[in-house]
Amino acid sequence: MNAPCTAWNLQSQNKAQRLARAAAVLPGRMQGKRVSSDDVVTLLEAVLECGDRVCLEGNNQKQADFLARALTRVNPAEVHDLHMVQSVLALSEHLDLFENGIASKLDFSFSGPQSARLARMVSAGQIQIGAIHTYLELFSRYFVDLTPRVSLICAQSADAQGNLYTGANTEDTPAIVEATAFKSGIVVAQVNELVDVLPRVDIPADWVNFVILAPKPNAIEPLFTRDPAQISEIQVLMAMMAIKGIYAEYGVQRLNHGIGFDTAAIELLLPTYAESLGLKGKICRHWALNPHPAMIPAIEAGWVESIHSFGSELGMENYVRARPDVFFTGADGSLRSNRAMSQAAGHYACDMFIGSTLQIDLNGHSSTATAGRIAGFGGAPNMGADARGRRHASPAWLKAGAQARQGRTGVHAMPRGQKLVVQMVETFREHMQSAFVETLDAWKLAEQAHMDIPPVMIYGDDVTHILTEEGIANLLLCRSDEEREQAIRGVAGFTPVGLGRDHRMVENLRDRGIVQRAEDLGVDKRYATRSLLAARNMRDLVRASGGLYDPPKRFRNW
Amino acid sequence: MEHLNFELDGLRQPRPFDAFVVGVVGSGNLEVMLEVSAKPQRCSVQITTSARGFAPIWEAVVNDFQRRHSLAGVTVSVNDMGATPAVVSLRLDQAVAGLMWPHRGSA
Repeated sequence: MNAPCTAWNLQSQNKAQRLARAAAVLPGRMQGKRVSSDDVVTLLEAVLECGDRVCLEGNNQKQADFLARALTRVNPAEVHDLHMVQSVLALSEHLDLFENGIASKLDFSFSGPQSARLARMVSAGQIQIGAIHTYLELFSRYFVDLTPRVSLICAQSADAQGNLYTGANTEDTPAIVEATAFKSGIVVAQVNELVDVLPRVDIPADWVNFVILAPKPNAIEPLFTRDPAQISEIQVLMAMMAIKGIYAEYGVQRLNHGIGFDTAAIELLLPTYAESLGLKGKICRHWALNPHPAMIPAIEAGWVESIHSFGSELGMENYVRARPDVFFTGADGSLRSNRAMSQAAGHYACDMFIGSTLQIDLNGHSSTATAGRIAGFGGAPNMGADARGRRHASPAWLKAGAQARQGRTGVHAMPRGQKLVVQMVETFREHMQSAFVETLDAWKLAEQAHMDIPPVMIYGDDVTHILTEEGIANLLLCRSDEEREQAIRGVAGFTPVGLGRDHRMVENLRDRGIVQRAEDLGVDKRYATRSLLAARNMRDLVRASGGLYDPPKRFRNW
Repeated sequence: MEHLNFELDGLRQPRPFDAFVVGVVGSGNLEVMLEVSAKPQRCSVQITTSARGFAPIWEAVVNDFQRRHSLAGVTVSVNDMGATPAVVSLRLDQAVAGLMWPHRGSA
């Protein structure tokens, strides 16, 4: 046998070569770590090697958009077959890389805005997908087998040494830089401004190799802003049922809300309807949540003790800064968000996830996949899954676990809690499309895109409740596949799935509290009007914030 | 416009009341008017809707409504501008919630 290789620092040697190449192609043009935006393509061609794993920071909010554009301009004869490992495909440049022959393989989490084009390119063989992950899964793989060689990241400001301030939208940056910098990788940062003294240091300079002042501030999307004017009475009714039938019933203190008008309605009913039920202090004190503008009235009414955020939300900066007892903020006063930490918090430390979906099947599997679109998962599967590794108890977790285990034997007899995972949907979506289906579109998509398994957002065995305008189905209490199916049909309204119910069996489930209607919960439908919302439009939210909330222009509709 | 009429048997006759309307006719919304009718064991439901081709769903909505409320001696008039079944059911339930019932020895 040959002697084993004795060099143990090939990666750091390679990193030194890359840095030396950069210094050689930019003689006298670098100031410390600073590179001019005019030289960005030259820099990228010098530090990249064919086949590199590259993380291009792009998540669902902030985007390293200047570096994304620059990467599409490198010479594909010199730089090709890059393996992109990034959480979100949001910009057209993210896919242009594959069309231009610069990248060939992709591991990612979410592709909302590019999902249709991604599906077309995958079926045309232009992109090889490694896997579609959740955020936490992808970040985890950065530390195992998908460690980036080069990361192109985004920050608000840099100082002369290359320390970075990420501002309120720290998001994915710490996870990306940690994995890259401590495994001999290269970190290139685009920043919006160069300053003498940073408000605070989010990323230390010795983890960063190059800093480029971008010609324009990075793009950022106000993804979590919902105009209360668009919340419907049905959403108010569903929110009333959620609060009375689930939040109060289980005493949910720690939770995460998905994006959407359904959960925005709940947020806006806390200081009104929930307050009238005497629930203040008994529910909803601790959150893993972005700074949703719809939370302002509840925060102002003293409902909320803490909120840790995945990212920030445009316009909420001054409000957050003025409420440091609620939000996590730096010594400079601004929000410190962190997607990896907040995802872990949502998974392990929350008793409930509640969110909307597009399709639910008869087993309760729920999916946002539609044929012809590869949209990915984002964070919902980690929020909306029982944390099997959880060991600490809370009243909500114990009650859900007890319901699931009541009367069961063998391995299921061990006392254990369960996370509440609630899927909230109106039975018909727009254009009279049923939210309840016999077969999820995910099956068709799996076939089209040659996936190993259908892309299910939340598995039926993790879903504990399905809430529609017709009522709540408590799946924890179902004891057979048939009961489960009838419980789901029993809240599926006038959709074909709902019309296909066995009326006698659904009434039996109702007697046992497995299916509950508004009247069973003591929810008076006469009060299900928009006047129950603590804010009825954007202007009300601004007013509730004492003028601290500054909505983006497109939401300034008064 | 599509017009649909349903005549259903019912058992629960509310106390006499003046005709009243809940809801408004607007996009995705509807108004529901309740009036006393001359047929004490029947509930008449008269629907005018801007959305054509949904008669089977209207029938299901109306049957479900009557299964839950069993109204008698009442005419229900619906003017719909493309509301979802969810909104229709909510509006019908809100209308019935405005009725008063005679004291019943047994129910």
